Parts: sequence; C-alpha cells; structure tokens
Amino acid sequence: MSNHTTAIEVAGMTKSYGDNAVLRGIDLTVPTGTVYALLGPNGAGKTTMVRILSTLAAADAGDARVAGFDVRRESDGVRRSIGVTGQFSAIDELLTGRENLRLMTDLAHLNRAEATGRIDGLLTRFELTDAADRRAATYSGGMKRRLDLAMTLVSRPRLIFLDEPTTGLDPRSRRSVWEIVRELLADGVTIFLTTQYLEEADQLADTVGLLDEGRLVAEGTPAELKAQAGGETLDDVFLALTGHAATPKNDDDEELEEIR
Amino acid sequence: MSTLTTTVTYAARDSATMLGRNVKHMLRYPSLTLMLIGQPVLLLLLFVYVFGGTMGAGLPGGDGRADYLAYISPAILIMTVASVALSTAIYIAKDATEGIIDRFKTMPIARSSVLTGHVLAALLQTAAALAAVLAVTLLLGYRPDAGPAGWMGAIGLLLLLGLALTWLCLALGLAAGNVETASNTPMFLMILPFISSGFVPTDSMPSGLAWIAENQPFTPIIDTLRACLAGTSPGSAGWWAIGWCLLITGASYLWARRLFSQVRAG
Repeated sequence: MSNHTTAIEVAGMTKSYGDNAVLRGIDLTVPTGTVYALLGPNGAGKTTMVRILSTLAAADAGDARVAGFDVRRESDGVRRSIGVTGQFSAIDELLTGRENLRLMTDLAHLNRAEATGRIDGLLTRFELTDAADRRAATYSGGMKRRLDLAMTLVSRPRLIFLDEPTTGLDPRSRRSVWEIVRELLADGVTIFLTTQYLEEADQLADTVGLLDEGRLVAEGTPAELKAQAGGETLDDVFLALTGHAATPKNDDDEELEEIR
Repeated sequence: MSTLTTTVTYAARDSATMLGRNVKHMLRYPSLTLMLIGQPVLLLLLFVYVFGGTMGAGLPGGDGRADYLAYISPAILIMTVASVALSTAIYIAKDATEGIIDRFKTMPIARSSVLTGHVLAALLQTAAALAAVLAVTLLLGYRPDAGPAGWMGAIGLLLLLGLALTWLCLALGLAAGNVETASNTPMFLMILPFISSGFVPTDSMPSGLAWIAENQPFTPIIDTLRACLAGTSPGSAGWWAIGWCLLITGASYLWARRLFSQVRAG
C-alpha cells in the first residue's frame, strides 16, 4: 500500500453514459478512519461514484485508488478490502436472516466455528436474533437494511461504502443506522457514504463533498462549509453554492435510467 | 497450495455455496418445481389418452395408443429438460434484478460461481424431474428396450441437452432484464419440440414445415434419444445431436458470461 493514511484517492475521474456526462472531473481524498459524505440530489452522480470505487463500473478517465489498490488494474485487491451496501437491498429474501449471513461467511471461506460465532455476534448487534430464522422477505424495511449492513460486515472490511444507507427508512431506523456508522468509525473503519439528506451528512461526516451535476462544488467539514456560505444549515450551504436547493428532484432514479 | 490450486479450490467452493443457495430456492418455491414436472406430464396424458389412439394408428407400422406412448415418450423427456431450463431463466432474472448480484460482484469470490451455481442446481433439478416423468411413462406402460449402453447414452444425452438449454436460458434470462420477460422469451423451447420428429414423423408434415422440422436441433436429439431407448443405433443423428448440444452450450456460455459482466441491479 502506497499510503496507509489514505483510504481513497481519486484524481480527474470522469464518466459518461452516452451523451450524458455523469461525472465531470472529480478529485477527492479520504483519510483512513474518517467518514466522507458525498452529498447531492438524485442524478448528481453519487451512485456512479460508488459503483466505480467498488469495481462495479469503470471510469472513462482518471485514477482511483481504494485501500491502496488501483480500482481498474487491482480490482481483486479492492474487493478484498471493501464492503458495500447499495441503494437496493442486497439480501436474499427467500433465505432466512441467518442463512443470508451464512452465505456471506461461506463466501468469505470462514470455518464453521468462526462463522457461527461471527453470525451470532452480528445477529445480536443488529437486533435480529429473534427474527434470525424467519425468511428475510417477512422483514420490515429497517430490518432488511440492518441485515444488509450485517452481511456487509461479515468479512470485517476496513473500508465501507454506503450508498444512501437511510433512504426510505423511518426516523428510528435511520438513527439506528447512524449509530452503527459511529460504532464502525470508533473501530477505525473508513466510511464513504452518499446521501441526499443534509442532516445525515451533518451528523456523521468528518468531510462533506457537495456533488452537483457531476462536479464537486465544495468540500470541507460541515462547520467549514456552513462558515463558507454564511448559512446556518447545510441546506443554506447547498443553496448558496449551487444556486438551487438540495431537495431531491422529482425525476427519481434519473441517474439510474441514464445508466441503463 | 499454489495460486492456481487455491483459485480452483475457491472457485469450486464458491460454486458449491451458490449451488446450496439455489437448491434452497427450489425447495422454498415448490410450486414452480411442481409446475416444471406437471407440464410435461400433462402433455403426456393429453397426447396419449386424447390423441393417442388415432395418432398411434397413423404411425408407420403403428397399432394404437401403446405404440404412440412409445413414440412420444422421448419427446416428453426432452420437453422435461426444456421445462426445467426455462425456470433457470426466471431464477437468474430474479437474481439480476435484485441488489444481491451487485453484492456478489463486489466480493472477492470467483465470479463464475454465480452462473455455475445456477447450472449445477438446474442439472440436479433436471435429473429429479426426468426421474419423475420417466416413472409416469413407465406407469402408463412404456417399456424401453434399451440395454446398459442405450441407457447410458440416453442419460448422457439428456444431461448434455440440460447443460446446453440451461446455459441458453441463463443468457436469455440475463438478456431479459426482468422476470416477466425472462419467463416468456425461452418459451420457444417448449414450442420447437412440436415442430420436430417428436410427436409425428416429419414426412407427414407439409414440405416447408417438414424441412424446418428435419433441420432443427430437436429432431436429431429426439431421434437419438428414441434410438437409445429402443436399443438401436442412432446413426448420424447421434453426431448431429451431440454437435448441436455442444454448439448451443459453447455459444450460450460465452453470451451468458458477457451479459453477466454487464448486468446491474435496479
């Protein structure tokens, strides 16, 4: 690893889908053990960014190193180092919660005893013990998201991508996800999250990057950004720096449509 | 262990894990499995008991229902294989539209294991469905004359066809983009056996249709299976049957692998 203190390093990253430039030259650095929040409305390019950094998509230009590995040439190294919880629930609904976790320990090639210990620990930690032997299809939205996160943590990644981890969750579930993020951070894990919620970035992030139409229009700690724009809240910051509000656009999933 | 051995071991282990997952799906979705077996059995009963008397009398040298049962049983077995393959298109399309495929792709696992897991599960299900359908034909009075070599040829051919059609359906399921389309596009596999030597001799068809029937893959495959089960030599049809299966397997494998690398959830 070239630099142990840098978890993510991105330089000059661009990505277009057809005529639509989704990322127009992104540079950013995430120090190890910190939370970076990429904040922006739907269609800003957040999901594309996560997909490239987690080896699911290739950038058109630019360099990106994740956990010291080049995302293009050393994707296996990246995959060994990261955990990803995407926007869509990545659980197997026909399996029980326990079986979903078992699937992950099997794919992580853990032995039986180690796997059982880790599964029980995660079930307890994510308050899923009582529901462990029920099919995941019967879970509530918050439980599905917790199971999703637990599955991501099975391999104990040191760097975790959370793509809109609380979108669609009720306030209580949202706070429980925030609690988990804080615990992970306390364990020294690096977290790269995307969100459309200014409050979420404010609550969790060491550094916030404001992504608007494929460009990083501002970057800093929540306090710095507020001072820079002379606003009380990150909402004010967003309005001041982009000329429009951060309220999600109506054309939901516009970015995803474009990707297709 | 050398790197290569490790890679191969992990690929096998990951495929086994995926196989376990797919088998669980099949066991938890028994209505689909029952439909897969029920469909060919229903066709068998329909053709033997409704059309069988007349159709059997129309076969060259045929004498009635029992002869027609013997004539179409190979085609029914082939349709059982196609029927199971169809379900694979549905399973993979379901996987591909859910976030779990992205999870697998961001993990340090053998990527091929997702597809091989589906293929292995489909072959197990094919074997089980074939045993069930064959049992029904035997119950109805079908008595194959095959010796050990004939049986081995028949089983080998059916599994080879299962491999070919499963890979084809994996590609069709991945290309479909959603479960509804995935359950429709491979339907031609259930239609094609009707336009073959499966249910009536091709020379009884109008010339244009007969030409299609004689030159499509299911005809040599059904002829070969029929010969194996009757304990006779399939002749050149055997080579055509194996050739078609290998060709479909190879082309579909490459197509499916390509589609898999492009697939994204949502």
